Amino acid sequence: MGDIVIASGKGGTGKTTLSTNLAALLAETESVVLVDLDVEEPNSGLFIRGTETKREIKYKQIPQWDSSACTLCGLCQRVCNFHALIKLGKEIMIFPQLCHGCYACSDLCPVEALPMVPVRMGETRRFDLDKLVFIESRLDIGEEQAVPLIAQTKGYVKDTFASYTYRIYDAPPGTSCPVIEAARSADLVILVTEPTPFGLNDLKLAVETIRQMGNPFGVVINRYGVGNDSVDQYCETEHIPVLARLPNDRRAAELYSRGQRIYTELPAFRSELEKVADYIKKLSGSKR
Amino acid sequence: MKEIVVISGKGGTGKTSITASFTVLGAPTLVAADCDVDAADMHLLLKPDMAIREDFYSGEVAVIDPSACIGCGRCAQVCHFNAISRRGRTYEIDSLACEGCGYCSRVCPTRAISNHPEKAGQLFVSTTRVGCTMVHAKLGIGSDNSGKLVAEVKKRAKALVEQQGKELVLVDGSPGIGCPVVSSLSGASFVVLVTEPTVSGLHDLQRVCELVEKFKIPSGCIINKSDINPEMTEKIVTYLDSQHITLLAVLPYDESVSRAMIAEKTIVEYEQESPIKDQLKNAWHRLGDFLNK
Repeated sequence: MGDIVIASGKGGTGKTTLSTNLAALLAETESVVLVDLDVEEPNSGLFIRGTETKREIKYKQIPQWDSSACTLCGLCQRVCNFHALIKLGKEIMIFPQLCHGCYACSDLCPVEALPMVPVRMGETRRFDLDKLVFIESRLDIGEEQAVPLIAQTKGYVKDTFASYTYRIYDAPPGTSCPVIEAARSADLVILVTEPTPFGLNDLKLAVETIRQMGNPFGVVINRYGVGNDSVDQYCETEHIPVLARLPNDRRAAELYSRGQRIYTELPAFRSELEKVADYIKKLSGSKR
Repeated sequence: MKEIVVISGKGGTGKTSITASFTVLGAPTLVAADCDVDAADMHLLLKPDMAIREDFYSGEVAVIDPSACIGCGRCAQVCHFNAISRRGRTYEIDSLACEGCGYCSRVCPTRAISNHPEKAGQLFVSTTRVGCTMVHAKLGIGSDNSGKLVAEVKKRAKALVEQQGKELVLVDGSPGIGCPVVSSLSGASFVVLVTEPTVSGLHDLQRVCELVEKFKIPSGCIINKSDINPEMTEKIVTYLDSQHITLLAVLPYDESVSRAMIAEKTIVEYEQESPIKDQLKNAWHRLGDFLNK
């Protein structure tokens, strides 16, 4: 127990709000690392202002054609399921945006004419605050594939912060590959939603996804009071624990807009957030 | 034929509510396309009938035949996606993690691994309650290739515009800057950016603008919930100016948008008074002017 992923089907429901406030609250008593895995649009760093202590460029591996070694046998083109390289006349053309980095062309080339070379895809930065470490990965604009950067970031966090009590991950929105990569092997997934028809529809998609993966999960309802009780009803019918109901309060939206912490300013928000923290502590206590 | 794509970078800024409102306003002239295939919501407001449903296949997924597997582990060694693990005496593939590269099947000494086309989702062609046609989709869980599904949705919508003698495809794009967004943007005549005056709203707007810039598509911006943080709204306006992006509308924070959503209506149809209605109508007319320039 210790890897907690904050996710949601719908964007803009409060993943970053919950991640940053929860991490700060837990860090009052425990060692916590907060990791922003929404590499396409990383936002947590706007709310956590620490000192940058590390910056690393992240690379993905792409084949590079060595024309002097190549015999133009065309095997590489046949083994690539992504059409990321084609043989055109006496040349092998490579399309890096289509490459998934599976290594098949490179490893199977009989004359080693396609060595894998690192190509920059983004960067990972570490920030240190009093009791909180914050890790942010950021995909370069124009890069289309988030999954390799998410996987590398998770690997780095697992290696470096294994001794920390909690590793909290702010996941990308949606239900496709980037979310799956972020939520893999999580001890707890918290799905953030809002009590509206859009919120409910996207929550259902997220629940379907997490159920297929088999991770334990619970729901936090944000902006509680703005809509109707259909999300409550759904969770009850599906036996999904609702960990907290964060109140709909214009002041919360205003604090968020300035990049400020909410739980320290709004007691009603804090008491709900503490329910999430207690749930996590209880869960990790029972697993130890 | 013109194509307007509405995107937001950050989620939850009101992109879908605004796109659905535009669809209502322009229904006789357009075909709507919901390209937020990951978490599609526009159907909740426009009530499409899903008259045509098709399975969408894209990519492959590998499967190991346990009766042919000798447990040598060669497949797991070559897999770069951690999708293959030992289970008893044989190996097994996690279909959610498998990217369908086919490397494992090429090295398996007993040919125990085969690749199967993966059902990536479903595509729908519908008539909506406001009369226009809508193309939408549901991505399969954990599916790769959302970019391809987006491309397919757009292709269908464009064909329908031709067939029906309409003028415009209106696209609800997806959040982020990755492959589904790139796919949403390709071929667009005008991009509408929806943002909100928050630190993250501005940050994500800047990233998505950089992407739009690469495509050289003219764009306009709608600032939603503007009175939550007037100074941030000012900052966004200044930024838009510097980038030569047209300011289409500045909307106030208004919970009647949520109430309209619960009543399954767009805000422009909702009976309660809201300042947003007229501003959206105005923005829609201005968009028309841009396209006809």
